[in-house]
Amino acid sequence: MIVLRTIAALICGSLFGLGLSISGMLDPDRVRGFLNVTGAWNPSLIFVLAGGVIVATIGYRLSRLLPRPLLDRRFDLLTKTAIDAPLLLGSAIFGIGWGIGGFCPGPAIALLTLGIGPAFLFVVTMLVGMITHDRLARRLIPAGPMKGAQP
Amino acid sequence: MLSFLSSLAGGALIGLSALRLLVLNGRIAGISGIVGGLFSAIDARLVTNAAFVIGLLLGPLLFLRMFGAWPVVRIETPLPWLGIAGLLVGFGTRLGSGCTSGHGILGLARLSPRSMVAVAVFLSVAMATVYLLRVGGVA
Repeated sequence: MIVLRTIAALICGSLFGLGLSISGMLDPDRVRGFLNVTGAWNPSLIFVLAGGVIVATIGYRLSRLLPRPLLDRRFDLLTKTAIDAPLLLGSAIFGIGWGIGGFCPGPAIALLTLGIGPAFLFVVTMLVGMITHDRLARRLIPAGPMKGAQP
Repeated sequence: MLSFLSSLAGGALIGLSALRLLVLNGRIAGISGIVGGLFSAIDARLVTNAAFVIGLLLGPLLFLRMFGAWPVVRIETPLPWLGIAGLLVGFGTRLGSGCTSGHGILGLARLSPRSMVAVAVFLSVAMATVYLLRVGGVA
């Protein structure tokens, strides 16, 4: 099953990357144009969110009908419900970074394929940021299993 | 108009990817979680995470094959600022347990209150950041 899961993940990743490419999310200038609500606002990226959420909602409803995923033993869903300080602070820090560069993690990774220098710089520092957080978190919370960062 | 349609179609494909990953593998397609999982000894799903990231890298190549050109990419932010942005995005998405995909697409699809708050925070902060940088004449 691990082979099928790996193939499924590869196909899902490709679909995701193709979707990002078609949607305009790979263009940081356009992303910043979308965030520029007080200036020359370009609202088109709202439709990326709309299209994504509508289809993902169908997926979530489907998953609720299944006793387990088709290729694995159980759903890896999240149980955290508290709106806590890390959620708020982390989202705010992400928002500052997203506003500065117009890159979020998915598009930044996909952009590596295009061989664009600034995207490499962004991805390297993004990974440094991620690893720094995970090291710190592991040091601060040594006991108990730390969930990987997921919503 | 065309850009609205391509954004909607691209978004739907992203949603389809999330749907498949959830129904087949039982996993949330959150990019910061998947990428962060590659470097964390805690995440046992290294192989599927890596496969997803390789697929993500193949996405623009599929686009090139289908449309005969690379997607448009315009980057105007100066390099030092981009470096800082990377650090903030990496650290923030891990601390906040998700980014535009995990909280934005899947969290909203699941009607998760945590994700709704996260999306409201990162969207409004990003909009404020763009505004402040523009007023400050930085980028």
